[in-house]
Amino acid sequence: MRLRTPEHMVTFTFDGKPVQGIPGEPVAAALLAHGQKLVARSFKYHRPRGIMSAGSEEQNALVTVGRGAQTEPNVRATILEVSEGLEVFSQNAWPSLKYDMMAVNDLIAPFLGAGFYYKTFMWPKAFWEKLYEPVIRRAAGLGGLSGQTNPDQYEKAFGFCDILIVGAGPAGLMAARTAGRAGADVVLADEDTAMGGRLLREVEEVDGTAGTEWVATVLDELAAMDNVRLMTRTTVTGAYDQGTYAALERVVGKDGPLECFWRIVAKRTILCAGALERPIAFPNNERPGIMMASAVRSYVNRWGVAPGKAVTIFGNNDDAHRTAHDLVAAGVKVAALIDSRDDVEATGDFPIYTGARVVATKGRHALEAITVSHDGGTRDIRTDCLAMSGGWNPTVHLTCHMNGRPAWREDIASFVPTPDSIPGMVAAGACNGTFSTAACLNEGAQVAAEVAGGLGLEPRVTVPAAEDRTYRIMPLWAVPGKGRKWIDFQNDVHVKDIKLAAQENFRSVEHMKRYTTQGMAPDQGKSSNVVALAVLADATGRGIPETGTTTFRPPYVPVPIAAMGAGSQGKGFAPERLTTSHKVTVAQAAPMIEAGLWYRPSYFPKPGETHWRQSCDREVGFVRNAVGVCDVSTLGKIDIQGPDAAALLDFVYANTFSTLKRGKVRYGLMLREDGHVMDDGTTARLGDQHFVMTTTTAAAGLVMRHLEFVLQVLRPDLDARVMSVTEQWAQFAVAGPKARALLNTVLDREITNDDWPFMACGPVGVAGVAGRLFRISFSGEHAYEVAVPARFGESLFRLLVTQAEMLGGGAYGMEALNVLRIEKGFITHAEIHGRTTALDIGMDRMVSLKKDCVGQAASRRPGLLDEDREQLVGLKPVGAVKQLTAGAHLFEQRAEAVRANGQGYVTSVCYSPTLQTNLGLAFLKGGRARHGEVVQMVDHLRGITAQVTVCDPVFFDPDGGRARG
Amino acid sequence: MVRLLAITPCAGLLPLDVGNVSLREVVVDRMVSVAPFVGQEKAVSAALKDQIGVGLAPKNRAMAKGGAGVQWFGHGIWLVRGQVALEGLAAVTDQSDAWAVIRIQGAAVEDVLARLVPIDLRAEGFKKGHTARTMLGHMSVAITRVGGQAFEIMAMRSMAGTLVHELEVAMRGVAARSNF
Repeated sequence: MRLRTPEHMVTFTFDGKPVQGIPGEPVAAALLAHGQKLVARSFKYHRPRGIMSAGSEEQNALVTVGRGAQTEPNVRATILEVSEGLEVFSQNAWPSLKYDMMAVNDLIAPFLGAGFYYKTFMWPKAFWEKLYEPVIRRAAGLGGLSGQTNPDQYEKAFGFCDILIVGAGPAGLMAARTAGRAGADVVLADEDTAMGGRLLREVEEVDGTAGTEWVATVLDELAAMDNVRLMTRTTVTGAYDQGTYAALERVVGKDGPLECFWRIVAKRTILCAGALERPIAFPNNERPGIMMASAVRSYVNRWGVAPGKAVTIFGNNDDAHRTAHDLVAAGVKVAALIDSRDDVEATGDFPIYTGARVVATKGRHALEAITVSHDGGTRDIRTDCLAMSGGWNPTVHLTCHMNGRPAWREDIASFVPTPDSIPGMVAAGACNGTFSTAACLNEGAQVAAEVAGGLGLEPRVTVPAAEDRTYRIMPLWAVPGKGRKWIDFQNDVHVKDIKLAAQENFRSVEHMKRYTTQGMAPDQGKSSNVVALAVLADATGRGIPETGTTTFRPPYVPVPIAAMGAGSQGKGFAPERLTTSHKVTVAQAAPMIEAGLWYRPSYFPKPGETHWRQSCDREVGFVRNAVGVCDVSTLGKIDIQGPDAAALLDFVYANTFSTLKRGKVRYGLMLREDGHVMDDGTTARLGDQHFVMTTTTAAAGLVMRHLEFVLQVLRPDLDARVMSVTEQWAQFAVAGPKARALLNTVLDREITNDDWPFMACGPVGVAGVAGRLFRISFSGEHAYEVAVPARFGESLFRLLVTQAEMLGGGAYGMEALNVLRIEKGFITHAEIHGRTTALDIGMDRMVSLKKDCVGQAASRRPGLLDEDREQLVGLKPVGAVKQLTAGAHLFEQRAEAVRANGQGYVTSVCYSPTLQTNLGLAFLKGGRARHGEVVQMVDHLRGITAQVTVCDPVFFDPDGGRARG
Repeated sequence: MVRLLAITPCAGLLPLDVGNVSLREVVVDRMVSVAPFVGQEKAVSAALKDQIGVGLAPKNRAMAKGGAGVQWFGHGIWLVRGQVALEGLAAVTDQSDAWAVIRIQGAAVEDVLARLVPIDLRAEGFKKGHTARTMLGHMSVAITRVGGQAFEIMAMRSMAGTLVHELEVAMRGVAARSNF
C-alpha cells in the first residue's frame, strides 16, 4: 500500500504479472506496495519467504532478472531498481512460487538437519558423485545461469585518491565534508542509489532541519568540490594490501556496462559502513511479512510504502520503538509493540507489551497472526507485518579482510572493529559502535580531521546539532517455543542445527559454520553471524567473546565474475598484432592463423581451389619454379649498436659474429644458460658498430628480454645498446628462381649476383624509399628479404605481389612456408622446443670453443653430449600407409609401441609437392647413425601406424646450390 | 616510376569522438630512439640541446620545443622527434614508423583512461610533460600528459586496431553514464 500518490509510475513484471512501480525505487518496495508478500522460496526447505530487509544484506528476496542469455540470477529485490519493462522472476520454485513441489522438503525437514547429507549419503562411495550430489544440488539451490555467452558489457576501472570514505551516512558525509573542505582528494562511495544512509530512512532533525534536507545541502556542497568524487551504487567489496580496495559499481545508463569493477588505491580509508539490524530467533520467525524493524521504517519513510495494514513490532532495544511512532505518524495501524525488556518506558497510542516475547506465528504464504507471551499469559494478535529488531551489528566486514578479528563490546552486545586491522583504515560511526546521529556526525568529522591532518592538511571541524539518544539494549538471541527458530535465512539454518553442531563436537565456530553452512556464500554472515555465535556460545557454555567470530571474507556483496574479468572475452584476452599487409591479405580471402599475437595468412586461395593443400602446393610451386612473396615482418628485429656490439653478439650467440664482414649476414644459434637451444635467426652487419638481429616470431620478446638481461646483469661492461625495430620495418621475403628479376622491377638500382651474393646485405632504394635488402633464404631458393619503413609496407606488398604474378608467381602463406623449410630441413620452434641441444639438431660445431658464450659450458655436460640422444633426422614413408603425423612416436620395427620402447618422436610433417611424397622431421635416438633404417611411426592419438625410412633431414637440394645461384 | 604510398598506423581507424572525448592520430614524421653509450649522457644531452633545443629529459618526463621533442622512454633510452646526429655518442635508431601515436582529449579523458591504465594519472601528480611506460589493457604503452585534459599515447604500430578499439569501448562506457 502506498502512503503517497506517486507522480510517475512505470510497469514491470514479476513472474509475468504486471506490477506498477516508481522508477529507481527498489523492486522490493514496489512488490510490497502491490501487496506481494511471497517473493521467494528458501534454499533448502523451499519455505515461502518474503522481503526481510531494505538493503544489500537481504537474505530472502533473491530474484532472477531478464531472460535468455541476459538472465541474471540471485539479484536482491531490495537493491534492484524498478524500470519500465523490467522482467523479474522468482527462483528456486517449481511449478510456481505459490505451489512449489520441492516444498516437500519442508515436510521431511526433521530428517534434513545439518550434516544429514554427509551422514546419510555416504555409502556406497561412488554414489555420492554420480547420484546423491546431483539430486541434492537440484533440490537445494538458488537461481541458475543461462548457460549461454553473456552479451552484457562489464567494465573494470582503476581509481586513486587521498581518502576513500566507505559509506555516506551521517558519519561518511561529515568525513567527506571535513576532508573535502581541507582540500583532500576524496572518493565517497555508497552502495545505495542515493547518499545519506539512515538519514534518508529515519524521521529526525540535523542542524535544525529535516535530516533529508541536511543531506541534500551537504551533497550539494560536496558535488561542487572538484576534489571530491561521489560514487553512488558503489559497494566497496574488499580490502587488500597497500591501501587497495575492490568496489563494484552498478552502472545506470543507456548502452553502457551493467557493472564496473573498481580497484581503488587510497592513502587512507575511513570506514563509515554503518550497521545492520539483526533478527531474533523466535519460532517461525521467517514467514513472509516478518521483516527487520529498520526495513519497515525505510519503506515507510523513504519510499512511502506501508509493508502491512496492521503492523506489530518486536524488539529488545529502544530503536525498535521508533518504528511504531513512524508508522502511527504515517497513518498505519500499529497492532502491538512488544518489548522483551521488563524495565522499559514506552508510550504510544497502541497496545504495549513489555517483558514479552513472540512465541508463535501463523500464515503459510503470508503472516496472519502472532502469539505473544507476557507476564499475564499469552495473547494472539492478528497482524500481517511483524517488525523485529534484535539490535544492531556494526558492519565490521572490511576491517576483517586482512585477518583482523573484531572485539566484543558488552554494552551494545555487538562486535566492533579492532583498530589498525587494516593499515591506513579507521572506522567511524555506527560501524564503530557509535550509534546516535549526533555521535556519528561528530565521529565522522573528528576522524576525517585526524586523517586529513596526517596527510599534511589543515582541517577544521564543525559539527551540526542532532539527536543524541542513548542506545539501550538487553540481548535477546533466541526465544524458546515450538517450531524452527531461523538464524541464517539464506542458508536455512536454525537454532537446533547449531545446537546439533555443538552436540556433535563441532564446537569451534569455524567448524560449526562448515557443519551447518551458517553465514556462508553471499550472505557472509551479515545478519546471522552474531545470533549464531550467541546460540553456539550458549550451547557450549562459553561467552560470546571466547566463542569468537568466523572469518569475514571478501567480497562483501557478490561480484559477478563477468565484472572482474571485464574486457577479457573473445579477442579481449590479448591485443591483435596486424602486419602492414593484413588488409590486402584478408581482402584475398586468406584464412589467418595466430602466431603469438600476430595474425599471418595460412594460404591465399584461388578460384576453383577447394582444399588448402591445393593452394599450398601451388604456392610452393611459385617459390620452386618462379617467385613467391611472403610477409616476414613478424620476425623479431633488434637493432644493436655500440663499440661492443660485436662482443655482445659473440657472447649471446654460440657462433662467432665479430668476424662477420660489413655488408654480410650470418646464421646464428642462441643457447640458454642451461646449454639448450633458445632461438635461431640471422644477424646482419650494417656497420662496424651496427648490427640488426632477426629472431623467430615466437621468441622475439624473449630474445629482446634476454639481451637486456645480458647487458644489465651478466655483462654490464659491454658498451652496446639494443632496440626493437620489429615494428619499424615491413619486411618481405622474395623467393624463387625469378626473385632477382622481380626485385629489379622495384629497386632504384638493379642488382646482380656479383654485387649481391648469397648472405649479402645493405641499403637499397625501393621505389624511391630508403630500404634494406638481405640475401637470405628460408626456402633454399635464390631469395631475398626486402625491408622498408612500415608506412610503405602495404604499398610495397601490393607492388611485389603484382610483379610476382606477372612473373608466374604470387603471394605465399604459412603452409607453403612450412613445406619449403621442411623440404630443406630448416628448423623452427617445433624442433628447438626447449629440450633440444645444438648437438641434437646437428649444429654442435656452431658452438664455438674459441670464445665464451651464454650456455657454452652447460652445453658440454656429459649427458648432453651422449651420442645416443635423440637427434634430428628426416623421415619418408615406405609402407602402405603414406601419412605422417607430427606428435607421433617412433619405435623399432618389430617392437611393441609402448612408452618403454620409445625411440623418438615426429616434430614436423608436410606433403612435398616438389618431391611428391610426405616428409617428416623427427628426433630419433642416435639418429644420425641410422640413416637408411626403417622404423615404425605410431600415432596413438589418431590411430596411425606407418613404416618410415630414416634419412638426412635435408631432403631437397642438399648442396644448397639453388640459394647461391 | 612506381612510388610507394605512405599509410599512417591509424589510417581508417580515426578520428573518433564519443561524448566529450576525442581521439586523433598524431602523425609522426621523424622519430628516433636515442640510447647514450656508456658515460655519454651529458654529452648527448648537450648535443641535443644544441641541435634541437631540448636536452635529455629526466626520468618520466617529456620535453618539447618548437616541433622537436625529447621523451624519456625507459631504462637509458629516449625518443627524440626531430633530426639529430649523435655519431659515437649514442645508439640512434629510426622509430618513425614503429609507433601508433594518438592524442586523446576531453573533459572525461581521465575517466576514460582509468578504465584501461593501472597508474595514477591525476593531474596533481601526473602533470603536463609527465610521461610513463605502463599498460593500457594488455598493451605496453607510453602515456604522456600533453595538456590539462589531453594525453598522448604510443602503442606498437601493429596494435593500432586494438588500441583504438579498447579506447572506444572505454569512451562509450564513460559516455553512457552521462547519457541517462
